[in-house]
Amino acid sequence: MTFLDGIYLDALKEVGNIGAGTAATSLSKLLNRRVNMNVPEIKILSFNEVETVVGGAEKLVAGIYLEFIGDIQGTILYILDRDSANNLLRLLIPNHCIKSQFGFSPIESSALREVGNILASAYLGSLSTFTGLFVKPSIPDLAYDMAGAILSVPLIEFGQIGEQAFFIETIFIDGLDRIKGNFFLIPNIDSYPIILKSLGVLK
Amino acid sequence: MIQRVKVGMADLNTVKSPGILVTLGLGSCVGIALYDEHVKIAGLAHIMLPCSNLIKNNENKAKFADTAILQLVEDMIALGAKKERLKAKLAGGAQMFSFNGRDSKLLKIGERNVISSLDTLRKLNIPVVSQDTGGNYGRTVELYAETGDFLIKTIGHGKKWI
Repeated sequence: MTFLDGIYLDALKEVGNIGAGTAATSLSKLLNRRVNMNVPEIKILSFNEVETVVGGAEKLVAGIYLEFIGDIQGTILYILDRDSANNLLRLLIPNHCIKSQFGFSPIESSALREVGNILASAYLGSLSTFTGLFVKPSIPDLAYDMAGAILSVPLIEFGQIGEQAFFIETIFIDGLDRIKGNFFLIPNIDSYPIILKSLGVLK
Repeated sequence: MIQRVKVGMADLNTVKSPGILVTLGLGSCVGIALYDEHVKIAGLAHIMLPCSNLIKNNENKAKFADTAILQLVEDMIALGAKKERLKAKLAGGAQMFSFNGRDSKLLKIGERNVISSLDTLRKLNIPVVSQDTGGNYGRTVELYAETGDFLIKTIGHGKKWI
């Protein structure tokens, strides 16, 4: 059986929709202004197709990674290209001037991690509400490197259960600026039966 | 025109000289390069996980260090290489993320991929002549069938031949 079908997939999609909505609300609150978003797009792709979503395996991207523990365990990765990261930084840090395209300053890095925290909490909150399971995120870490290398982290997790990856593309909109990010939420292999049980799929 | 063959993730391929095998953006995955200098045949695998027997869904041989190496050796022999002449080079197996003072088992997967690759190569008596593994950064690699040279390119950590 593949995990990425049927009721389980429907549940994950719903978790993604609610999570993205909550994330936009949290971002709006943090910035004290309205942040719009598009309808999150659910993507299911084979490993070698995933990199095309972010512009190729060698494209420089930012990845914010955390793990969650509790009734279930797993990993979260939020990945965004440099333009989106810059737009996000300009939103988060007023009057901020981005000096280097080759890395992130400590304040930039800290701001991006905070967004990782907000997004992870929003999605995990939605997962919790949906399943009744308790989950708690770790502190986030940030990497800025080739997309292929950063994506290897979630793809290896998916590799343990099959040949496809599942993620959610979210676009936040602030005026003319767009922040396009891809969000991976991957329960570890032992957590799947617990989630399925909580959804009433498994007895 | 020199043939450049791309190797995807959980994929493997072989070429004859003057072909070049390329795999992009290795993170925690490992690029396993094998070559036979005598007949100038090269093979490259881009593996994701250490062992096929720990995973139920293990039909894709190129996904695991142990089965990918066996498959690669078989494919190279079919092209005319001799197992006794094969030499290996490794790249990748990075740890892309970390937490202060706490390293999760998940993040150590790069290291485990390298250990399993070395282990499988030792069992097959294939010498590992060089490796560029570990660290916290991605690598793009190119393997030249003509010489067995293995080019490693990074962002911000230089470029080298091993």
